[in-house]
Amino acid sequence: MFSKDRWNEILQVLTTNWFRTVLTAFGVFWGILILIILLAAGKGLENGIRADFGDIATNTLFMWTRTATKAYKGLPKDRQFSYKTSDLADIWENVDGLKFVSPRNQLGNFRGSNNVIHGLKTGAFSVYGDYPEIIKQEPMDITSGRFINYGDINEKRKVAVIGIDVRNSLYEIGEECLGSYIKINNVNFMVIGTYKKSNVDGDSENAQKEIYIPFTSFSQAFNRGDDVGWMAITAVDEIPITDIKEQIFSIVKENHRIHPEDARAIGHFDLNEQFQRVVSLFGALELIAYFVGILVLLSGIIGVSNIMLIVVKERTKEIGIRRALGESPWSIKKQILMESIFLTIISGMAGIAFGAFIIYGINYLLDANGPVMMFVNPSVNLGVVTTALVILIVSGLLAGFIPANSAIKVRPIEALRTE
Amino acid sequence: MIEIKDLHKSYKMGSNSLHVLKGINFSVEEGELVAIMGSSGSGKSTLLNILGMLDELDEGSYTLDGVPIVNLNETKAANYRNKFLGFVFQSFNLINYKTAMENVALPLYYQRMPRKQREEKSLKYLDQVGLKEWATHLPSELSGGQKQRVAIARAMAAEPKVLLADEPTGALDSKTSYEVMDLIQKINDQGNTILIVTHEPDIANMCKRIVHLKDGIILEDKKVKQVRAAAYV
Repeated sequence: MFSKDRWNEILQVLTTNWFRTVLTAFGVFWGILILIILLAAGKGLENGIRADFGDIATNTLFMWTRTATKAYKGLPKDRQFSYKTSDLADIWENVDGLKFVSPRNQLGNFRGSNNVIHGLKTGAFSVYGDYPEIIKQEPMDITSGRFINYGDINEKRKVAVIGIDVRNSLYEIGEECLGSYIKINNVNFMVIGTYKKSNVDGDSENAQKEIYIPFTSFSQAFNRGDDVGWMAITAVDEIPITDIKEQIFSIVKENHRIHPEDARAIGHFDLNEQFQRVVSLFGALELIAYFVGILVLLSGIIGVSNIMLIVVKERTKEIGIRRALGESPWSIKKQILMESIFLTIISGMAGIAFGAFIIYGINYLLDANGPVMMFVNPSVNLGVVTTALVILIVSGLLAGFIPANSAIKVRPIEALRTE
Repeated sequence: MIEIKDLHKSYKMGSNSLHVLKGINFSVEEGELVAIMGSSGSGKSTLLNILGMLDELDEGSYTLDGVPIVNLNETKAANYRNKFLGFVFQSFNLINYKTAMENVALPLYYQRMPRKQREEKSLKYLDQVGLKEWATHLPSELSGGQKQRVAIARAMAAEPKVLLADEPTGALDSKTSYEVMDLIQKINDQGNTILIVTHEPDIANMCKRIVHLKDGIILEDKKVKQVRAAAYV
């Protein structure tokens, strides 16, 4: 198979007509180049979107209450209800595969009236009562001080972690904010840290205008008792939250005497489902890239097949001579197939290399000109290159198959007679 | 060496068939130099093709060195050709992108002989035909006579049992023809069995036996007194 003579022969044949060989190779080169670039572009888009999701825990369900729409167990419809902290304990105990179950309460928002005062300055901000785990579900960078911890929760400390924009609007430049007090709805909280969120899609300004305080302090300071405004529930990575959310719903429905078929009572946003939808979009994109790329490649392959047919035709007499001298048909077939595969692989490798070069160029331009919306680091991984190689070998085989068969179909005596 | 009994061969030409060989009985001993003569259409090339396993017989039997040549598939035929037969063609049929030595080495390559041995052997045979210095030349750089000598070296390289030559001098002028015949005679002197198809009487007279074919049957089969080609060179 790898004898020097065979390779010499392949090279001799392919280099006899350089121009033709290069033209033929170009078809395959072009096909694989387009395949690689399409795949890289798809990957770039995927990376861009994934970067927008950032390191947010995507396997997360957000759940809030709405009004019951069905009467049940003697209770009327159109009834309002509120989650309790006991719901969280029930969910945590009865549903397997959960990672975090975080209760949340919220006060005010950036559109509301001014609710936070520091010295002479006031501002309108969203205030959240949270558990320490929220930082893993909604990642943020602590730029100074620290985040809420369980000490704060247990002792109901009135402490606050404020967004970088909250700090900028309530404090003078250079003023020390850690250890100072802000007044939220007339209750004093000590600032213990500042944060900055990165990777928030389209809403980065508001994301920095939030204040996090311990959930327990929130409940006590603002008279929420054991009410829970909404919850953020994250499942372990192996189990999609989408699969277990119905279990969670039925627990809270039972706790609050909601009709089991009341679909409207529990409002929720399934981040995992949305994320999976986006992920499947990338799957579709990849499929399209392969489809288009392989079709383009196919025309290159047909080109190779065509040329191999002509080569076989031109060499009919030579093949006749070789057979008269005792070369076996299989050996001739192998020769043609190897020429075809060799040509395909070489031109394909050139296409892959050139594609990689173009991708490098695009990345260089992206780096030089700053980030582009939803397009980050277009690339192809080793898996794609391996797949491309397999495609090339298979297509080389296919391209050589018909010519190889036609080479041995002519009987040696007829082949010898051709001029 | 060669044993042919009641050989028939016909070709289908559309609806009617052409009966080319009509019962040939013919045998060749080891070391013979036989000329097969006949006008075109007499079936001499067909006979040679059947002897060379390039064509199949319709009826009759063919035994080569005690081996019955029956039920050949292409692979088997290729193997037999490689082991038993050497071919010399009218149009030389050298592979034009290979050097003289590579051409001579070709049958040895099909025998899977190691490269080094192959080179030694092909050089030896090129030397025998007097073309050792031309080993690295392409066929396009050789004269007609030289090409035919390379072809003879190639045919002999695999040390075949029988050398089959189809009009070996047909494309050569008479001086070169006699040189080639001289070479063939010398090879025959070493004990090799050779069959030559020709329609030139002077070439035929340089053989030891002449078989005349006409319309698919053997008209005459006679031993002749060999004319040495060396006398004309």
